[in-house]
Amino acid sequence: MRRAAAGAWTAFALAGAATATARADEMAGQQLVPYVVIGDAIPEPLAGRRGDAALGEALIGERHRSLCILCHALPAGATPLQGTLAPSLKGVGGRLGEGQIRLRIVDMKRLNPASIMPAYHSRRAGARTAPAWQGRPVLGAAEIEHLVAYLVTLKE
Amino acid sequence: MRRPAHGLIVLALLAGAPAAADGIAAGERRSGSDFMAPETQAMQADDTSNPGMLWVVQGAGLWEQGAGASGLSCAGCHGAAADSMRGVAARYPALDAASGKPVDLTGRINQCRTVRQGASALVRESNELLALTTFVAHQSRGMPISPPSDPGLDAYRAAGRELFTTRMGQLDLSCANCHDDNWRGRLAGSAVTQAHPTGYPLYRLEWQGVGSLQRRMRNCMIGVRAEPFAAGSDAFIALELYLMQRAAGMAIETPGVRP
Ligand code: HEC
Ligand code: HEC
Repeated sequence: MRRAAAGAWTAFALAGAATATARADEMAGQQLVPYVVIGDAIPEPLAGRRGDAALGEALIGERHRSLCILCHALPAGATPLQGTLAPSLKGVGGRLGEGQIRLRIVDMKRLNPASIMPAYHSRRAGARTAPAWQGRPVLGAAEIEHLVAYLVTLKE
Repeated sequence: MRRPAHGLIVLALLAGAPAAADGIAAGERRSGSDFMAPETQAMQADDTSNPGMLWVVQGAGLWEQGAGASGLSCAGCHGAAADSMRGVAARYPALDAASGKPVDLTGRINQCRTVRQGASALVRESNELLALTTFVAHQSRGMPISPPSDPGLDAYRAAGRELFTTRMGQLDLSCANCHDDNWRGRLAGSAVTQAHPTGYPLYRLEWQGVGSLQRRMRNCMIGVRAEPFAAGSDAFIALELYLMQRAAGMAIETPGVRP
């Protein structure tokens, strides 16, 4: 209980070391890809490729990498470890369409400049971004598409 | 009108859009210990179970010990810490007359070592310097945080507030985004808290040891994937000044215990 509770920031911090090793192989997949926003949505899949819902489900639970569950609750998550800084993602596939979900992950700040949600696939970054993270999106196009593929299945 | 020191201009340039946050209403301020599980609160409250007391005891030993070319001990100049150091931590960081810049408690202790005792400076986060700082801060336990009103500190406090409200790192989050606007929330399993500097240096179960306020802030900066400020830098001391101002009137708890 205590160990688990102590770990929120460790998750953020360790993400640096963990992905640093994997990065060389993934570099190609971590480039920003262009996309077209229509209204409050990005209708087309990033890089023209749809994702895999099972991979998305696994990724969303990886709090060192996707970070989603630091802030959001998920329908299946263990309650004491869930973040409460953001609305629950339960039923999000019923509330929002695929393209709307995609834009919210790619760049929530386009819809709400004051949002605390990181823009996962954009050039936005704050001051003093650490060298290891400069010039790269939080998640690559394929990863975003896995998340989208999973979230659209959360209908209720 | 006092001109800010050179470093402050750099700090100010870091800041993006002006802050939306206006801090926390006085009636709602709560120490980090208020957010803890009852067992952890009990551990902090009882000196025989608070692991931070080991550092207090070690610091008490160092206080009496001669050091450096002078062979003087802290006690040789200051006498009994229970009298001479009571209330000191409650008013740091303070303005250092010689440099015209603010110095934090740890920096002041190191200054006494090098200038007065003729000893080498201790490294920040070294066990000895943490022990001495914890021992000195412990003498103020229960006293209200009372930042000095010295106008020479104003520019630094303002710079600290600017930093606190600047979005940083790849994740683009400011301290205020979490600690002013979302202190009621949980980041995964952890209470976000209001980031009051009441318990420092404190014992963290996760660290398995005592650490400084700057170490804590460094962790939060690494968390948002920002390059942390250097230990002892003007930027960290400016943040410390702002945090102490923000917590004015709250009681010192050193040594705190945190999960
Ligand atoms: C630091 C906090 C934080 C993180 C990390 C975060 N989000 Fe969010 N998210 C928010 C907040 C806050 C909102 C509410 C909308 C706003 O801010 O305007 C939100 C909204 C959303 C929405 C819209 C929900 C709705 O019902 O309208 C989706 C979809 C979403 N997030 C998905 C994700 C995914 C997927 C991840 C991880 C890849 C993620 N979020 C990571 C804070 C976060
Ligand atoms: C995304 C959220 C977030 C951001 C941004 C953030 N922090 Fe924190 N902070 C936390 C959490 C969560 C904790 C609780 C400790 C833990 O479990 O890691 C914490 C703890 C603290 C504490 C310890 C409080 C105590 O009672 O011991 C201080 C001080 C602090 N933060 C200062 C800062 C400063 C200064 C900044 C900006 C440089 C900052 N934080 C940015 C989430 C954040």
